Amino acid sequence: MEEIAMLNIKDAITEHYHLNLDSIGKVDNPRIAGLRKEAFETFRLLGFPDTKVEKWRNSDLSRVLDRSYTFRVEPEPQNTNARDLFRCEVPGFDTTSVTVLNGWYLNGGKLLTTYDNGLVIGSLRAAFTAFPDLVEKHYGRYADFKSNGLAALNTALAMDGVFIYVPDNVVVEKPVQMVSLINMKEDSMIQLRNLVILGKNSKLTLVQCDDSIDDHRSFINTVSEFYIGENSHLDHYKLQNKNDHSTLINGSWFMIERNANLSSNGISLNGGFIRNESYARLNGSGSHADLLGLYLMDRNQHIDNQVFVDHAVPDCTSNESFKGILDDHASGVFNGHILVRKDAQRTNAYQNNKNILISDKAVIDTKPFLEIYADDVKCSHGATVGQLDAEAMFYLRSRGISFENSRMLLMYAFAADIVNKISIDELRNRIDDLVKKRLRGELSICDQCVLHCNAQEQRVAFNIDMSRI
Amino acid sequence: MLTIKNLRVAINNKEILRGINLEVKPGEVHAIMGPNGTGKSTLASVIAGRDIYDILGGEVLFNGKNLLDLPVEERAAEGIFLGFQYPVEIPGVSMTNFMRTALNEQRKYRGLDPMPANEFLAKMEEKKKMLEIQAKLTNRSVNEGFSGGEKKKNEIFQMAMLEPKLAILDETDSGLDIDALKIVANGVNMLRRPDNAFVVITHYQRLLDYIVPDIVHVLFDGKIVRSGTKELALELEEKGYEWIKAGLAQ
Repeated sequence: MEEIAMLNIKDAITEHYHLNLDSIGKVDNPRIAGLRKEAFETFRLLGFPDTKVEKWRNSDLSRVLDRSYTFRVEPEPQNTNARDLFRCEVPGFDTTSVTVLNGWYLNGGKLLTTYDNGLVIGSLRAAFTAFPDLVEKHYGRYADFKSNGLAALNTALAMDGVFIYVPDNVVVEKPVQMVSLINMKEDSMIQLRNLVILGKNSKLTLVQCDDSIDDHRSFINTVSEFYIGENSHLDHYKLQNKNDHSTLINGSWFMIERNANLSSNGISLNGGFIRNESYARLNGSGSHADLLGLYLMDRNQHIDNQVFVDHAVPDCTSNESFKGILDDHASGVFNGHILVRKDAQRTNAYQNNKNILISDKAVIDTKPFLEIYADDVKCSHGATVGQLDAEAMFYLRSRGISFENSRMLLMYAFAADIVNKISIDELRNRIDDLVKKRLRGELSICDQCVLHCNAQEQRVAFNIDMSRI
Repeated sequence: MLTIKNLRVAINNKEILRGINLEVKPGEVHAIMGPNGTGKSTLASVIAGRDIYDILGGEVLFNGKNLLDLPVEERAAEGIFLGFQYPVEIPGVSMTNFMRTALNEQRKYRGLDPMPANEFLAKMEEKKKMLEIQAKLTNRSVNEGFSGGEKKKNEIFQMAMLEPKLAILDETDSGLDIDALKIVANGVNMLRRPDNAFVVITHYQRLLDYIVPDIVHVLFDGKIVRSGTKELALELEEKGYEWIKAGLAQ
């Protein structure tokens, strides 16, 4: 383990890369080794994005780079029992659950599991060796790092993560849940890499949870690549509940083939600095992408959702809807970019971002952006920023409902719009409950934790100045 | 029950109510009529507790309590109900959840336990039946996508559920066709009891054919300028508001 000094964090990463390249790239094939090198050069050139970069104008990463992080290249001991660390309780929700601890796939030493129906779940690092053809075909093919310093950093340094392969014609009945946990004894920087491949005519429900169970400052830089083959369907959920000191960079690249369908729903409940980047390429006609998000931020938290939908071919549809409630000094960014390429006729794309600011110190920067080169398209976008509707507040209160509960009902109603789109009942009920708890101030990030770590349990509450509404 | 003494109210430095006096007793139905912009809706909103107004003077007593000191929700729990002229759509809040929350919060205020779920549902069914309200209204979000008539019926339904002591219906008749008007009026008539009272605000005499008032007031330019029996409404209908103006000019 080595320390990355705070002032020259880039230099320290450079040193780390050169010093440990042998272990980092131990199982790389020549292409991946080349990719690593290229990515590292790109990172060296671009560095961490600063606010001079247009897409980072309102997300100042320097606030989390002015500290030191440790960095490790040794895997987690496989005898660590993830169940002892964390249980994500979703009543009645039967899943195949896998855990990534501090960036390392953990499963009692069994690094790859092939199920009866052909489904493979396991460590990405193990898959490099065990599934060279699949890795060769998909790894690093979608996450474009050429102008993305953080994706480049991840590609250069990532060592492990989750690998999921759904073969052609396989419908995976049981949802797969991947829980990424950080439990470190010091502040750490982690590169996590996931690869999810769906063959033709297949179906997968994937729940991606990011949680902290420690109280340290961590910087998690995740890149996930998703390939959704013809006629396949990926139902993807992201649930983010991190501590207030954590930085979570979550880049997801989706390649969506003909008549395939993506539904991605990201619920950000808590976190210090969260940046979600979603890139959906509608690559085959008849494909569809739903990209939804809900964020509930307060105190000094920062949330940034960057959504890029690329209509590359004709006859595709996409639907983006993001909603957020921000309180205290919380800040948010929404940047929705829809690109309709020249040949992508009969595109139908919809985009919307709605925000409620509870305090006058909370800020949101929302920027819908349509870039259209085809002529036969239907595109619409909209963004709203507002306070809770005073008329609705009066209406509820005039029936005898207290100020606090009226406010709660309206916030909940605002959020419910996104939560209600979760198609699995058990998961929807659970998230619904978490959202209610979050709004009521009853959620703590250690809520689910059975490990009584010495971290102070944090109460996560919206403290609202009532005089303002 | 309700006593309003010399109530003066302004909004944006403009005086809207310029000395209102009104006395409503249990069992009575009062009608307040008057042309647009004379302060009818302001009066209703001020009683219910809308806080966008400046109270310049006067008092509003409800069963001995000074209403102006109470927050909106406590006025409701004391038994005041406002039927809105423009009911608000609240997407995402189901009618059932809304009504149950409202009913139970009012019960809590009065020191009662929450109503058991089965009892609550039975009450919903009973009131729906009574008011000829279709099930679909209560299965949806509050007023969302309701037609004008449905919204007004929904106001009456809420009134029936909450059983207020004093209901103020602010132009509940506006925008209603004759069938919807009859349903709304029937609802009010069925809910009339010796221990409750209604203040019906209307622009037209038409509603008063179905809800027969004990006392009719004419509100003009922020003041009640005439009060009388139901015949006053008929006279007003016949002669128009110009007649009132002429009377005031003399």
